[in-house]
Amino acid sequence: MSLLDVKQLSIHFGGVKAVQEVSFSIDAGIVYSVIGPNGAGKTTLFNLITGVYKPTHGEICLDGESIVGKSPNELARRGMARTFQNLQVCMNMSALENVMVGAHLRLDRNLIKAALRLPSLARRDAELREEAAGLMRHVGLEQYIDARADSMPYGALKRLEIGRALAMKPRLIFLDEPAAGLNPKETIEVDELVRKIAASGITVVLVEHDMKMVMNLSDRILVLDYGKKLAEGTSEEVRRNPDVIAAYLGAHA
Amino acid sequence: MFKRAYFGLYLVIVVLAVLPFVVPNSFYLDLATRMAINAIIVLGLNLLIGFAGQISLGHAGFLGIGAYASAILPTHFGWHPLLAMGAGAALTGLLAAVLARPIFKLKGQYLAMATLGLGIIISIAVRNEADWTGGPDGMPVPAFGLLGFELSNDKQWYWVVAVLLAISTWATLNLIDSPFGRALRALHGSEVASSVVGVNVVRYKVAIFVLSAVFASLMGSVTAHYVGFVTPNLADFGHSIELVTMVVIGGMASVYGSLIGAVLLTALPQALATFEGWETVAFGAILMVCMIFLPKGLVPTLAARFGKGG
Repeated sequence: MSLLDVKQLSIHFGGVKAVQEVSFSIDAGIVYSVIGPNGAGKTTLFNLITGVYKPTHGEICLDGESIVGKSPNELARRGMARTFQNLQVCMNMSALENVMVGAHLRLDRNLIKAALRLPSLARRDAELREEAAGLMRHVGLEQYIDARADSMPYGALKRLEIGRALAMKPRLIFLDEPAAGLNPKETIEVDELVRKIAASGITVVLVEHDMKMVMNLSDRILVLDYGKKLAEGTSEEVRRNPDVIAAYLGAHA
Repeated sequence: MFKRAYFGLYLVIVVLAVLPFVVPNSFYLDLATRMAINAIIVLGLNLLIGFAGQISLGHAGFLGIGAYASAILPTHFGWHPLLAMGAGAALTGLLAAVLARPIFKLKGQYLAMATLGLGIIISIAVRNEADWTGGPDGMPVPAFGLLGFELSNDKQWYWVVAVLLAISTWATLNLIDSPFGRALRALHGSEVASSVVGVNVVRYKVAIFVLSAVFASLMGSVTAHYVGFVTPNLADFGHSIELVTMVVIGGMASVYGSLIGAVLLTALPQALATFEGWETVAFGAILMVCMIFLPKGLVPTLAARFGKGG
């Protein structure tokens, strides 16, 4: 059984069929990439799987159990984490607090205990602060541990989102264009970071335009075009697929 | 960083402790008591508006429920004032919880309108049910006693309210730097991001709405007993706006801003009394100037200018 099974997944926005009848499976522990030209439906696919959108029809199963219609916070409970293509960082909080929010479900969220600052809760929070600082170092943000989120540059915020997602201790992480807008040096750092995440046993689902990164990292690749599945396979298979070559480079390439 | 935040708490406690010995007369003690009552309400309201990023233009309605529960239940039914206060808070909490779910489907100006409507309905109800509430004339409130000890003079009230304010400030500081508080601030920052890390956004909005409403209700009860009389003005739309203004002027998402906002806006009408008839105009002008030059509110703006903290 695969970790994630997607069958005949579709969503229509009015007349626009953003994702049409897409099926694929992701095994636990691999790096699975979704590629395709702009507007192919990659982010929409992420939004469907992580519960942000509800599919028009189709089935999504996690551990063989349907998760269609579950809200994002329920899916978070089941070990699903994600980052966003257009940054979703809480600018009203410090960088460290953004990462700490990622640990939300692992904490005692009781209101009364919080208001009274019970020693057990305060101790746990102090530990979490350390843990979050460690995660920030892990994603290469050591110089921003004391920073406010709204004072950080774009590339650092991208990694802050990854840190927040890792604080959830997820089984499955969806990274939506983690290298978009980064310079070559930063891209290499993100590439290494994704490898580290995969090596730690977390299943990685990646949307990325940087083909070198995708081809190097991925165990399997799904190619979308105009909301439809164009091809799926290992990077070698995808690279040789004539339909993929046609979609990316033009028919005669 | 949060060590610094608690430093302000000690300052608040010192000021509260020294104040009754330095104020020249009971007029100022009364003013201080009213400031402290407002400060407690504004602390709760700032959790909702400043920290969680939701608006309520109907909080005076909740305050009114508490005040009238403390007036009606002991007067007409012979309830103990403490029980009446609890009943008012429970009723407010229940009403806020039931209404919050449909209300928080709304955002921005629609949320503002829904809470505005709620506040107006409550204020109309207390105005019209004259048999119970005394209508527009209001009604007297029995004294508040506990274990044979009656709270009667201004000094006693001041100490009670001062202790409540110190505790509320401490609890609020604790809350914002806790898992609950971070979730609250995170949903303000990005609803979608907070939901994908597992925050049940609707539940948190409802929780903080109910909490701030109950705060307002309890302080409504305290106001009723302290003043010894309630009028429908307590529950008025104008009063709701005044409370929101205290949040905004003091500073959104700032604990000490809440206190400063409450202190300034409670004092300002007194200070402007010399303008004779022009006080409302002066009041409005001051607010406008504040919003133009200190758009983030007093405390956050000054904190940003004179280093971090706040």
